[in-house]
Amino acid sequence: MTVTLGTTPTAVVAATLVTDPPAPARRRRGRPRPGLLAAGTYLILLVVAAVVPALLAPGDPLAADPRAALTAPGAAHWLGTDQLGRDVWTRVVHGAGHSLTIGLAATAIAVTGGVLLGLLAGLAHRFADEALSRSFDALSAFPLLLLALLLITVAGPGTASLIVAIGIATLPHHARVVRAQTLLVRRAGYVEQAVSFGLSRPRLVLRHVLPNVIGPVPVLAVIGLGEAILAAAGLSFLGLGPQPPSPEWGAMLSEGRNYLQVAWWMTVLPGAAVTATVVALTVVGRHWQARFDGRQH
Amino acid sequence: MSLLRAVARRVATGLVVWWAAATAAYLALLAAPGDTVDSIVGDGADTPQIRAQIIAEWGLDRPAVGQYLDYLWRLAGGDLGRSYLRQRPVAEVIGEQLAPTATLAVTAAGLGVLLAVTVAVGTAGRRRRWPRRVSSGVELLLVSTPSFLIGIVLLSVLSFRYGLFPVAGDQGPAALVLPAVTLALPIAGLLAQVLRDGLDRAWDEPFVLTARARGVRERTVLLRHALRHALLPAVTLAGWLFGILLGGAVIVEQVFGRPGLGQVTLNAVTSKDMPVVLAVVTLSAAGYVVVNTAADLTYLLVDPRLRRS
Repeated sequence: MTVTLGTTPTAVVAATLVTDPPAPARRRRGRPRPGLLAAGTYLILLVVAAVVPALLAPGDPLAADPRAALTAPGAAHWLGTDQLGRDVWTRVVHGAGHSLTIGLAATAIAVTGGVLLGLLAGLAHRFADEALSRSFDALSAFPLLLLALLLITVAGPGTASLIVAIGIATLPHHARVVRAQTLLVRRAGYVEQAVSFGLSRPRLVLRHVLPNVIGPVPVLAVIGLGEAILAAAGLSFLGLGPQPPSPEWGAMLSEGRNYLQVAWWMTVLPGAAVTATVVALTVVGRHWQARFDGRQH
Repeated sequence: MSLLRAVARRVATGLVVWWAAATAAYLALLAAPGDTVDSIVGDGADTPQIRAQIIAEWGLDRPAVGQYLDYLWRLAGGDLGRSYLRQRPVAEVIGEQLAPTATLAVTAAGLGVLLAVTVAVGTAGRRRRWPRRVSSGVELLLVSTPSFLIGIVLLSVLSFRYGLFPVAGDQGPAALVLPAVTLALPIAGLLAQVLRDGLDRAWDEPFVLTARARGVRERTVLLRHALRHALLPAVTLAGWLFGILLGGAVIVEQVFGRPGLGQVTLNAVTSKDMPVVLAVVTLSAAGYVVVNTAADLTYLLVDPRLRRS
């Protein structure tokens, strides 16, 4: 076992997954798994909420109704209303798109950059590899939140800064995994054979190295997506994400905080949405990881 | 000798990583849209004198390479620059807010590790299926919940409803309890997972079998033999822990209205006080590198297998 500089939460989670004892892969096929089923259903609903929110909540998330301000959950507003009388359920549903977009875009940056740089480091000359690896270390030396704060100071608050910041902060982990995998694949027999057949270098990388390197990346991306959504909620709670009145979960939480004693539902429900999303992603990611490991051995 | 060389190598790597991190932070300042003087002034008083002062202090009238070397030189000498918004040296601004944050972080770290060890020891092993499932579930929930939500819930139940703890501020130990717990819970959730995995793995090692064969009691096997083995890999998480404590402190201080580094940083971000933000970021990278190098060295001292390569 080697000690590496820099471990991100994704790395930690991923490391713990590999040896999680009740590995689903060992179970018989076809047995119901209520946890996985619930997580899957929730994620499907989440995607529906993000793509066609009107299907789940036909109202307008910005429609204020001062007469119905701070109504407790009930028949008319089944998750209650906020201080302006906006329906909390409608806002939570419409907020799914914001949170998911930020998470997906940040993860896309992290995965694309991570795969490219990791592949480059794994294939490059020793010195270039060393330089790249040290810069991954340098990047992960910044705590995610502080790196995000730095970028936001430079570029101003808003969704774009949030996405770039989280994407860059979580990039080194993907890069490290891909680099390690590339170093393994590089020495594999089939690569050597392809080289001896005289394949061109780009073709070799695209056809033989990349497909065998990419294996663990989707699993990490799923778990990383949860991490990104969590980080985004934290930053927009600090008021540095999407600006009001847009119904983003972290922003709703931050607003609801001021009405905590009179209207708990304003805070607890968007919070529950964030937690449920991250839990669901982790459950699905873990299951996938276990399947993946089962296939590898 | 191989030990000495390995130690020197780790320390050198740490220095290189920190240099790269400091450079990255500097590049972020240069990448800021608009004039560099503007981004250093932030929302502070913008007079020709201050502008001249900034140009002189940051060497902005010199060639780019000179500016960069200048910046590194000052950083190496411990000069973090000046906050033009507050009209004071950055080191002073940060220095006086360090204590509350350090108190919070150290308390939370201690609490988190204690909780994690207790839970992991209590639930590791094959035969405890139900306790283990429950604690895995709770750990997943803690890791997946935004820390500010945990803080808000604790605050509303224990402070607002039952009045057990002060609502805000940092007066006395009672005011430290809720922020520390808020910061500690997600850490405990993650550490407990890692530790339990380590314990489970140690369980399969031959030395556990040997200890059992000698007739050592199960409890002693767990605490004396397996736990030590499991704690070692957890040391690699020290750097991560440092980052999460610092980042978490920014949010927790905001939730509980505590003074500290988090408040200073957040104020600097919203008022674009670039020198302060830059200093906090480079300092946190330095802290991360120091903690991580120390963890690596501990590992190196304890585990001779790593001294090669």
